[in-house]
Amino acid sequence: MDQHIAETAGYHDEQWHSHGHQKESFVTKYIFSQDHKTIAKQFLITGMFWAVVGGALSSVFRLQLGYPDMSLEWLRPILGGWITETGQLDPEFYLAMITMHGTIMVFFVLTAGLSGTFSNFLIPLQIGARDMASGFLNMLSYWFFFASSVVMLISFFLETGPASGGWVIYPPLSALPQAMQGSQGGMTLWLVSMAIFIVSSLLGSINYITTIINLRTKGMTFTRLPLTIWAFFLTAVIGVLSFPVLFSAALLLIFDRSFGTSFYLSDIYIAGEALSHQGGSAILFQHLFWFLGHPEVYIVMLPGLGITSEIIATNSRKPIFGYRAMIGSLLAISVLSFIVWAHHMFVTGMNPFLGSIFMILTLIIAVPSAVKVFNYLATLWRANIRFTPGMLFSIGLVSFFISGGLTGIYLGNSAIDIQLHDTYFIVAHFHLVMGAASFFGMLAGVYHWFPKMFGRMMDAKLGYIHFWLTFVGVYLIFFPMHYIGIAGFPRRYYSWTNFDVFNSFTDLNIFVTIAAIAVMASQFIFLFNFFYSMFKGRVAPANPWKSNTLEWTTPIRPEHGNWPGTIPNVYRWPYDYSKPGAEDDFIPQNVPFSQTLESNFPHENDLIGLEKEEEGIVIDENETH
Amino acid sequence: MHPHKFALWLFIVSILMIFASMTSAFIVKQGDGSWLDYNLPSMFWFTTAVIITSSGLLQWGYFAAKQDQLKKLKILLAFTIVLGLVFLVGQWYSWVQLVSMDVFFVGNPGGSFIYVLTGLHAFHLISGILFLIIVLISALKNKVHSKNLVRIEMCATYWHFLGALWVYLLVFLVFYH
Ligand code: HEM
Ligand SMILES: [Cu+2]
Repeated sequence: MDQHIAETAGYHDEQWHSHGHQKESFVTKYIFSQDHKTIAKQFLITGMFWAVVGGALSSVFRLQLGYPDMSLEWLRPILGGWITETGQLDPEFYLAMITMHGTIMVFFVLTAGLSGTFSNFLIPLQIGARDMASGFLNMLSYWFFFASSVVMLISFFLETGPASGGWVIYPPLSALPQAMQGSQGGMTLWLVSMAIFIVSSLLGSINYITTIINLRTKGMTFTRLPLTIWAFFLTAVIGVLSFPVLFSAALLLIFDRSFGTSFYLSDIYIAGEALSHQGGSAILFQHLFWFLGHPEVYIVMLPGLGITSEIIATNSRKPIFGYRAMIGSLLAISVLSFIVWAHHMFVTGMNPFLGSIFMILTLIIAVPSAVKVFNYLATLWRANIRFTPGMLFSIGLVSFFISGGLTGIYLGNSAIDIQLHDTYFIVAHFHLVMGAASFFGMLAGVYHWFPKMFGRMMDAKLGYIHFWLTFVGVYLIFFPMHYIGIAGFPRRYYSWTNFDVFNSFTDLNIFVTIAAIAVMASQFIFLFNFFYSMFKGRVAPANPWKSNTLEWTTPIRPEHGNWPGTIPNVYRWPYDYSKPGAEDDFIPQNVPFSQTLESNFPHENDLIGLEKEEEGIVIDENETH
Repeated sequence: MHPHKFALWLFIVSILMIFASMTSAFIVKQGDGSWLDYNLPSMFWFTTAVIITSSGLLQWGYFAAKQDQLKKLKILLAFTIVLGLVFLVGQWYSWVQLVSMDVFFVGNPGGSFIYVLTGLHAFHLISGILFLIIVLISALKNKVHSKNLVRIEMCATYWHFLGALWVYLLVFLVFYH
């Protein structure tokens, strides 16, 4: 045991001093930095850039859906040839835009932007480590992400446009260049970009898991970890297991596209001509894709849930309700997420018996999800709530998780799904439960940890305005979509005005479009607040939210290495808020029980002896030098 | 466990997932029918023997490093690398054999899959050889010895994994081709 501690401490030491003493130049400090905090900010800024691009795309295609006759001539300076002679949006470019919107939001914003930012920033700070297990691989992870971003961006400027087959890139549409313009160069770049993205994501995840398992400070047992860390940990585990499968799917697609194999292709006629591809199966792609695809939706969701647990407990001034149940439900969700993928494939002609099995497994996921919701509500119940902007966004997340999760239960039933599949009902479901909820998790995280990131506070008033406009707006956008979807309105259609049945929805579509553009516009309040506060915001106190976790024990602007002296030890779980008998309404994790005799429970008093013993074998990091 | 070793294991898990998904895809596709039947190239038996021998040599080299027999270590490492290259050449000839049996990469997926599986494995094996070369270079500088084993341990783990992976693929192909 002693030896083990010495080993880890020695490791810390060696790693830390190898770069701690060097003078950092601008390039090593801000560009090719190996400091997890800087890398986190790089992910955040890149993610924000992509969020703006993805949002702008959605505004344009919402205009098309709300006002199909509108002249978009004013977009010609940007979109050029994609605006037709009559001033309309090119139908193929419409498909390109929804494809890019989905890809950007799911992978670049809510995977890289969210996990990349908060896993990087919070893991070392909250577990008490100097940095990630490998700063170098961490840096590579960002630059691979950057490279994949560049490739994806380039695809916008191809003459034939970016990929257009939907974010799920189903073959044969995506496999045959002659099928549509977007399946030419754009699709190739999409695949290249995603292959690089997968490498980036794997490097990141491997680092997160290794760091959490190996570099926790003394006393930080798994049952004392903040729920944020549990969520990031399981997100990374899901990533390591599922992204390689997307790689396989993409690789076979690359072979089909560029080398003429037939993994996904068979019996295809284009323009009356038979293709030579024989023996493949398009359904095979769907299996491979959704084996990643469903875990991916939880890769997007879990970090937000972790962030929310932390923020809700802190601002309710109460211990999180059911800490172990929260961990258990995260574990259950992670395991189950790998065995439900075929609920995206109920209409592929699968054996109804198999369909029923996937239906039952899918519905079981609702149980751990409901446990989480119940625990959030129980934590909020009769709490002394402080409505900080971060808290509001966290509560917003819970609201979206409920309303979007409920429709998931409908969709999980194959008999209902066969009617609702590929309608706007699906769009409503996943935008609430995944899109809006994770976005709110990300925003909550930014508001909450901004003081730690930049040493300044964001403006709370602007935060409130931002919250209410966005929260109400999101419901105004996505609630009506349920009705349109139940009526059978298909998703991914450029125009519906040729169908008489759907003409009665014109007003509703206009309404949704206005709400969408309003929400998009209110995000600029956030962007202003973010960049303004970075330079001009009120200087932050050391622990602005009176929180228990370790990151608030660092200096206000931590240097590379995080703690100037030794790393604090941990003696308790992170949720000792409003403990009866305690002086303050919070007791940070690094306060030993021997200093809080007035509030200890009997079994905690028993731990005091242990604390003393352990103190004897603490190895001072600098001692080895 | 040393954090870098731990990371290596995670890396191995992700590679395993690639091959697990590929072999599952193989089974699913086969279940669809319209499958090409063929015999496995006899070359596979030779390359399997080569890769297993190379693993043995590397392990022997590792023991040598543990006992600070540096000269033996260098020779064994070099031989491991040579056998790795022989394996790659052998795999190439197995493709030649496949072509002579009219099993092509472009054509029925039944045939394409065997190229993908072996090609993907060969690709990873090249990364293993690069790793071996790095260790050999540091061994030549006498930097691998009983007090500095982490690198050769990681290299051995990876190399044994690649060997085991090949054996898995072979057994899989014998039963399912
Ligand atoms: C109560 C739990 C949930 C259930 C039972 C459920 C069920 C389903 C089902 C059956 C579908 C397929 C609909 C179709 O295409 O016909 C679906 C689609 C989807 N769900 Fe959920 N879901 C749940 C929670 C979630 C969560 C938490 C997320 C994300 C964080 C999510 C994200 C998505 C996405 C992105 C799609 C659509 C993918 C696409 O076709 O483009 N769902 N859901
Ligand atoms: Cu799903």
